[in-house]
Amino acid sequence: MSEWTRHDLLDLKELSKEEIEMVLQTAKSFKEVSARDVKKVPALRGKTVAMLFFEPSTRTRVSFELAAKRLSADTISIAISNSSLNKGETIIDTAKNIEAMNVDLLVVRHSCAGVPHILAENVGSSIINAGDGCRSHPTQALLDLFTIKEKLGKIEGLNVAIIGDILHSRVARSNIWGLKKLGANVTVCGPSTLMPVGIERMGVNVSYNVNDVIKTADVLMLLRLQMERQKDKFLPSIREYAKSFGINSSKLKDAKKDLVIMHPGPTNRGVELSAEIADGKYSVILDQVTNGLAIRMAVLYLLLGTKEQAPVSG
Amino acid sequence: MSLLIKNAVIINADKIYKKAQDILIEKGKIVTIGDSLKKDGAKVVDAKNNYVLPGLIDIHVHLREPGREDKETIETGSKAAVKGGFTTIMCMPNTKPVLDNCMVIEAVIKEAKRVGLLNVIPIGSITKGQKDEDLVDMFELKEAGCLALSDDGKSVVNSQLMKMAMQYSKMTGLLLIEHCEDPLISSGGVMNEGETSTLLGLKGDPGISETIIVARDIELANYLDARIHFAHMSLRRSVELIRFAKSQGIKVTAEACPHHFTLTDEEVKSFNTNTKVNPPLRTKDDIAAIKEALKDGTIDCIVTDHAPHTQEDKEVDFDHAPFGMIGLETSVGLTVAELVDGGVLSWPQMVEKMAFMPAKIIGLENKGEIKEGLDADLTIINPNEEWIVTEEDTVSKSKNSPFFGRKLKGRVKVTIYGGKVVYEE
Amino acid sequence: MPNSSKIMDKESIARALMRIAHEVLEKNKGVEHLCIVGIRTRGALLAERIKECIKNIEGVEIPVGILDITLYRDDLTLIATQPVVHETLINFDITDKKIILVDDVLFTGRTIRAALNALNDFGRPANIQLAVLIDRGHRELPIRADYVGKNIPTSLDQNVKVILKESDNQTDEVVIKQRIINE
Repeated sequence: MSEWTRHDLLDLKELSKEEIEMVLQTAKSFKEVSARDVKKVPALRGKTVAMLFFEPSTRTRVSFELAAKRLSADTISIAISNSSLNKGETIIDTAKNIEAMNVDLLVVRHSCAGVPHILAENVGSSIINAGDGCRSHPTQALLDLFTIKEKLGKIEGLNVAIIGDILHSRVARSNIWGLKKLGANVTVCGPSTLMPVGIERMGVNVSYNVNDVIKTADVLMLLRLQMERQKDKFLPSIREYAKSFGINSSKLKDAKKDLVIMHPGPTNRGVELSAEIADGKYSVILDQVTNGLAIRMAVLYLLLGTKEQAPVSG
Repeated sequence: MSLLIKNAVIINADKIYKKAQDILIEKGKIVTIGDSLKKDGAKVVDAKNNYVLPGLIDIHVHLREPGREDKETIETGSKAAVKGGFTTIMCMPNTKPVLDNCMVIEAVIKEAKRVGLLNVIPIGSITKGQKDEDLVDMFELKEAGCLALSDDGKSVVNSQLMKMAMQYSKMTGLLLIEHCEDPLISSGGVMNEGETSTLLGLKGDPGISETIIVARDIELANYLDARIHFAHMSLRRSVELIRFAKSQGIKVTAEACPHHFTLTDEEVKSFNTNTKVNPPLRTKDDIAAIKEALKDGTIDCIVTDHAPHTQEDKEVDFDHAPFGMIGLETSVGLTVAELVDGGVLSWPQMVEKMAFMPAKIIGLENKGEIKEGLDADLTIINPNEEWIVTEEDTVSKSKNSPFFGRKLKGRVKVTIYGGKVVYEE
Repeated sequence: MPNSSKIMDKESIARALMRIAHEVLEKNKGVEHLCIVGIRTRGALLAERIKECIKNIEGVEIPVGILDITLYRDDLTLIATQPVVHETLINFDITDKKIILVDDVLFTGRTIRAALNALNDFGRPANIQLAVLIDRGHRELPIRADYVGKNIPTSLDQNVKVILKESDNQTDEVVIKQRIINE
């Protein structure tokens, strides 16, 4: 395995296949740690990790916080609403202020694409992108890749369908990069109003028919439909969306036997998928949550290597 | 007070005068153009090795005064303009308050005169407060000194209101300048919609938000036999519509900005908020179309859409950053490097786009040409000098340029306004 | 060129491990509550071999686990890039067990310190005993081995390398190399 040299994790686009595999491999080791009675290792003792969330999030933040704690890092969590930023303090100011307290790593989430990149250029701490606008959510994609590999043993050659609001989905974009790098065939499927222009240039197939897609799929990756988007009238109605694009048992009658159904959560039951499917045999939604912890531990561990070179002594 | 320019290679929109001549200026006018002119007591400017152009005219500038003097003032904007070779600029009305009444218009004119570096003509808004509800008092604004009106920053979306504005403009002789953008279609887009916006996860503004308004205004102008001037055209399709309109004899004119013929939406990949501009940076194909349109005359003039913003305003995330970039100081360098050196325009055509046609469009009879009897507004340019754009050398109060570090060609050496040297390198 | 010399061959390694197995059984009076935990990578391989020795002597298979001590290293903040983390595989409860901790070379003692901390997180063993193939001296911590294959006096500029067929694809041996000093 090659050496990990990155200081930040901003986007899966910039990672090589080998680097992605290294994260997955490392996460496998960390998954074992979470299965122990004492779920804590001293690897990041003395390090400080700050959660800098400009956009509300519970699940991702908790996952990162727990991951950092299980590695013995100290954590602080800062939630900043965009409105308080408008009062003169810029994002870079905020980050630099936190960095000045000798924080080693910032986990950043922001509603606008590119903010983690700007911070990475301007502060010395490592940056993990925990979701920026519609652009990128690398740890979600990594945990999805990990889960697929765990369930189906491989990724290369699999048919993966990403279904839902592709336009606004950072989960879709990050997964497309990751899946393509690891050799999967990716189809994106959703209403035409929620399909971004030029998405096929990312090397994916585009479909508007869920039933077609299900027949050949090894993995269905469902995206959360953000109900607040409905104010922009992208859909005639949620009801019709659920009927046309939602996954239920009758739609799955021609599906492969070992089909894997994923969802980044939180799910809108009865919209993206029926309750019966969410709790059913195909669903790996809770595995995704468990694996998310291992992936985030792995990423924190890998990024917090230091610059100084010293000999290893046994 | 007289001024004598020696060894002037004069370029007008119709030709380059091969033989260097002297230009004698008195009382703000060009008195004589000839060989070996002499005048006792005259200040002498030697233009040897340089080109002498009619003073450049930029009909699309934001000076931010009144209201946002932290971004730019009439004074700092004037300094930037003369450094960029301009002797006449028109400033847009989206200030605070909006330039929608005589009092503000007169105040801007008064302050510009006090600064006195160049001719500043305020553009009034089309609707009161740029609210797209009521027309401004056009006769009064004309009397106060306006030559053109625009709701720049946004379109007059209400078609009925735009129709009446055109009817009034026909009657008053005021030029209407339309910022073309259907806000319901661009709806919050922060960059061009396309492959790059999809990759970046930034909200895209589809070009049709521009072309729909271009098409509508062409229809209105055709129906009313009125004039319309299209601001900052950015798309192949817009250019095609305008070319068609012109072929039909419809009275449309159009402008383009240097950033729209030099940069593509790929620049946004840096997330540098100085690349956020409205209309957004488009594609290579659009750049090619803008260049063709400049060459064949479909686009009549080059403007900067100089839009200063403070570092604080720009140092936010891409979604929240304001649109716009400064441009007064880089317009000549970009035009020479990209269009003249790039074989798109000849020097006389550059003069046509940057002085002659702007003067024609807004009706400045004594400007835009170097001719005996006309205003002594002149720009002296070293056509071969290459230079690098830097933040340190930028005199505009704001430094929001995506061009820092870029090599340009053609350097303004001297700017003369009303027979006075207002800028000398 | 580094000066390299062989100090153990395949046969002497096998004999040393067999002797360690006998000593372990003697000291612990049999196999009751006994289990072996090897430190990745070569300690784990040696642990497996000691288990085989014990099986040959007593006819009993005792549990063997693999410990990855990476996350417990005290030099994580000093090295440039993070070492690769492998899985720890201990599929039995270590509480109240007698643990034979196995590593290839005992040097500064820091690896063993890390292993002791790691084991502590898995439970509370009755005792932990340390078995190493080579003890080369130069301890930096108060740690000693209970079972030693071979004591080898070394200088700090030497490297001791244990080569095993499972991990290195070549015949078992132990060599000492002169370390190349960085200029």
